[in-house]
Amino acid sequence: MDIEANKITAVIGPSGCGKSTFIRCLNRLHEVMPGARAAGEVWLGDIQIYDRGVDPAVIRRRVGMVFQRPNPLPTMSIFDNVAIGVRLKGLEPGESLKEIVKESLRQAGLLEEVAGRLHQPGAWLSGGQQQRLCLARALAVKPEVLLLDEPCSALDPASTLRIESLLRDLSREYTIVIVTHNMQQAARVSDNTAFLYEGELVEYAPTSELFTNPRSRRTEDYITGRFS
Amino acid sequence: MKNIFDRWTRRRLKNFVMLGLTVVATAIALVPLFSILIYVAVRGLQALNWDFFTQLPKPVGEPGGGMANAIVGTLTLVVLGSLVSLPVGMLTGIYLAEFGRGKLAWLVRFICDVLTGIPSIIIGIFVYTLVVVPMHRFSALAGGLALGILMVPVIARVTEDMLRMVPKSLREASLSLGATQARTTVSIVLRSASGGIITGIMLTLSRAAGETAPLLFTALNNRYWHSGLDQPIASLPVYIYTYAISPYPDWQGQAWGAALVLVIIILVTSIIARLASRKKYFGWN
Amino acid sequence: MAYRSRSEHRPWGEQLFGGLTLAAALAILVLAVLLGYILADAAQPAMHKFGWRFLVTSRWDPVHEVFGALPVIYGTIVSSFLALLLALPLSLGIAIYLAELAPLWLRVPLSFLVELLAAIPSVVYGLWGLFVLVPWVRDSVEPFLARYLGFLPFFRGPFYGVGMLAAGFILAIMILPTISSISREVLLAVPNSQREALLALGATRWETIRLAVLPYGRQGILGAVILGLGRALGETMAVTMVIGNRAEISVSLFAFGQTMASLIVNEFSEAFSAIHTAVLLEVGLILFLITLTLNILARLLVWRVAKGMEGASGQ
Repeated sequence: MDIEANKITAVIGPSGCGKSTFIRCLNRLHEVMPGARAAGEVWLGDIQIYDRGVDPAVIRRRVGMVFQRPNPLPTMSIFDNVAIGVRLKGLEPGESLKEIVKESLRQAGLLEEVAGRLHQPGAWLSGGQQQRLCLARALAVKPEVLLLDEPCSALDPASTLRIESLLRDLSREYTIVIVTHNMQQAARVSDNTAFLYEGELVEYAPTSELFTNPRSRRTEDYITGRFS
Repeated sequence: MKNIFDRWTRRRLKNFVMLGLTVVATAIALVPLFSILIYVAVRGLQALNWDFFTQLPKPVGEPGGGMANAIVGTLTLVVLGSLVSLPVGMLTGIYLAEFGRGKLAWLVRFICDVLTGIPSIIIGIFVYTLVVVPMHRFSALAGGLALGILMVPVIARVTEDMLRMVPKSLREASLSLGATQARTTVSIVLRSASGGIITGIMLTLSRAAGETAPLLFTALNNRYWHSGLDQPIASLPVYIYTYAISPYPDWQGQAWGAALVLVIIILVTSIIARLASRKKYFGWN
Repeated sequence: MAYRSRSEHRPWGEQLFGGLTLAAALAILVLAVLLGYILADAAQPAMHKFGWRFLVTSRWDPVHEVFGALPVIYGTIVSSFLALLLALPLSLGIAIYLAELAPLWLRVPLSFLVELLAAIPSVVYGLWGLFVLVPWVRDSVEPFLARYLGFLPFFRGPFYGVGMLAAGFILAIMILPTISSISREVLLAVPNSQREALLALGATRWETIRLAVLPYGRQGILGAVILGLGRALGETMAVTMVIGNRAEISVSLFAFGQTMASLIVNEFSEAFSAIHTAVLLEVGLILFLITLTLNILARLLVWRVAKGMEGASGQ
C-alpha cells in the first residue's frame, strides 16, 4: 500500500478491525504497549522504519500524530504545549520559538481564539480547541507525515467540520493519514481511502472510486451499511 | 544539520544515563534489605537452639537461657489486640463498604487513613495515660489495648477494600432471593471476600507483633512468666530492644535470635499473603 | 456501593446489624477525638508552667525541672529532612523503574522486595543499625566525608558512628518503601495518552517521563513525600538505637542528637516527677499534632489525585 505524498489518505473499517493499530505502526508508537509486536516493513522515503539501527524517536519526529482524545499536557500553558516538541528538537539557526508557536497555532486555526492568553493552562480550553492545540503541537516540529487517529470522535459536529477544513488546507504541505469510523468524513476529506476489515486490507483506491464503485463485495456491504 | 545530530546524541545519552540511574536506585534499595535479612539469619541462627524456645531468660553472667516467656507474651499481646481490633475494625469496614455513605462515611474513612500514619509511640503514651495511670500498674491488658488501637484503622480499611471487590451482581442476586441486607452481607459478601480479609488481617497481626514503642509504656517487660493479664508481660520486640542496647555480648546474641524469630513470622505471613493475592500485583493495564 | 433494601418493614436483626457497624465506625471517631483530648489534658500542667517558651529554649534539666524542647525539635527535623534528602531521589528512581521501565516479569518480585522493607519491624532496623550500619558509618562514611567535605561545618568532629548521620541513614531506608510504593501507584495511574503525547513528538523515554508523566503525577508524589516525612518524624525505635540520645543542637551531622520520639522512649518510664511526665506528654502532643497535620495534608493530596484519575479518561 502506497500512501501518496501531500494527499489525504483515509483508513476506514468497523470497530476493532485494526485501524488504530495500523496507524500506530506507521510511527512505531504501537510497540510501547506491553506485549505488542510488529511484522512487515514500512518505508518512509528511502528508510525502512523497522530496520535495526533506526531509532523510533527519529521516526516519530518525522511522523507526527494526533490522538482520538485530546491529550494536552495539563501542567503546561498553551504556549508550552505547542513549544515542547521544538524545545526538545532544538531550534534551527534563524528560527524563533515564538514565531514557530504562532505559526503552528495559526495553521491549526487556533491563534485568534487564544491570542493574548498563551500562558493559560492548555487544559482550560474546550474539547475542540484542545484537539486543535494537539494538532498545533504536532505541526510545530514540522513533520513530513501527519497521522490522525479518529481525531473527531470526541468532538461536536461544529468542531469536527472545523478540523476537516483545516486538514484540506494542511494537505498542501503535509502527507496526512486519518483513521475514521465515519464514512461521510472519509468521503468528505480524503483523496484515497483504505478499507480494513478484521486486520486485513480489503480495498485501497481513490476515494471517489471506492465509494461509488467498490471492487470488493465486503467494501460494498460496509459502505452501504449492511454491517458495521 | 550537524548541530541537530549532536543535540540528538546528547538527548540519547541523557536518556540512557537517567534510565540507568533508576536501575541503580532500585539496586541500592535492595542492598540494606539483603544486608538486614542476611545478618538476621546468620547471627540469629547462632543464637537459636532448643533452650531459646523453652527456657526463661537467665540473669546477666549466666550463659544460656531462652525467651519462652517473650514468645508466649508476644502471642498473648497479639491475641489481646485482636480481641479489640477485629470486631471494631471489621464492623467499621462493613459499615464503610455496605451501609455508610455521605459525610460520616467519608470522615470515618479519612480518620482511619490518618490514624494509620500516627506514630505508634503516641498510641503508647495515650494508653499509658488512659489505662496504666488509673490502674497503677503496667499490664498485658494495656499492651494488648495499645496494639489493638494500632490495628483497628488498618483492619477497617482492609475489610472495606476487600468487600468492595465483591461484584455487585452477587449482592443483587442474594437480595433478589429475598435475603435481608444484613444476611446478604454476612453470608454472601463476607464469605466471598473472606480470603482477602483474612490475608489482610494476617499481615496486620504480623506487623503488630513487631511493634515495640507502644509496649514500652504499657506492657513493659517481665523476666518471668506473667502471672495474670493485669501484670506486666514480656514480648520479643521489647527484649530485642533491651538486649541490643545492653553491654553484654550474650544478650546481644539473643537479641539477634529474637529478631530472627520475629522476622520469620513476618516474612512467612507476607509471602503467603502475597501469593494469595498475586493477581492484584501485576503491572499496568 | 452503598446499598439498602427497599422494604419498609425492616426486621429487627437487620437494624441491629446496621446499628452495630455504625457503632463501630463511631467508636473510631471517638477514639481519634479521645486521643487528642487525653494527650492535651495530660500535658496541661507542662503547657501551663512553661508556655510557648518551651518550644524555643534549649536547656533540658529534669533534676531542676527546667525544660526546653528546641534541641529535640531540631533533632527531629534535621534527621527527618536528612532522610528525605537521601530517600527521595532513590524512591523516585525506584518508582519510575517499577512503573515505567522494568520488564513485566520483574515488576512483581521487585515491588514485593521493596515492600518487604516496610514489613521489617523498627526494632530490627535498630538492631541492624546498631551492629552493622553504625560501625560502617564510623569506619567508612564519616572519615570519607570528613576528608573530602570536611570544609563544610556539617562534617566535622570525632567519628562516633552513632549520631544524626546514622539516624538519617536508617530513616531513609525506612521511608523508602513508603515513598516509592505510593509514587509507583501514582505513576501507574497516569493515563497512557499523556505518554503518547510526548512519544509522538519524538521524545526519548526519559523526556516522556520528565515532561509528561512526573508533572501529571506531581500532586500524588508530593503526597507520598509528605507521608514519608510523617513516618520519619514519628519513627521511634530504630532512631533511638542509633542517634546517640543527647539533646544538643550541633551543626555537625557526626554529633549525637535526640528526637521527640527517642526522648520519650528514653525518659518516659524513668520520669523524675509529675511535671517531667507532663513535659514528655507535651512533646508527644506536639509530635501528634505535627504528624496529624502532615497526614491530613498527604491523604487529601493522594485522594484528590486518585479521584481525578478516575475522572480523567484514558485507556
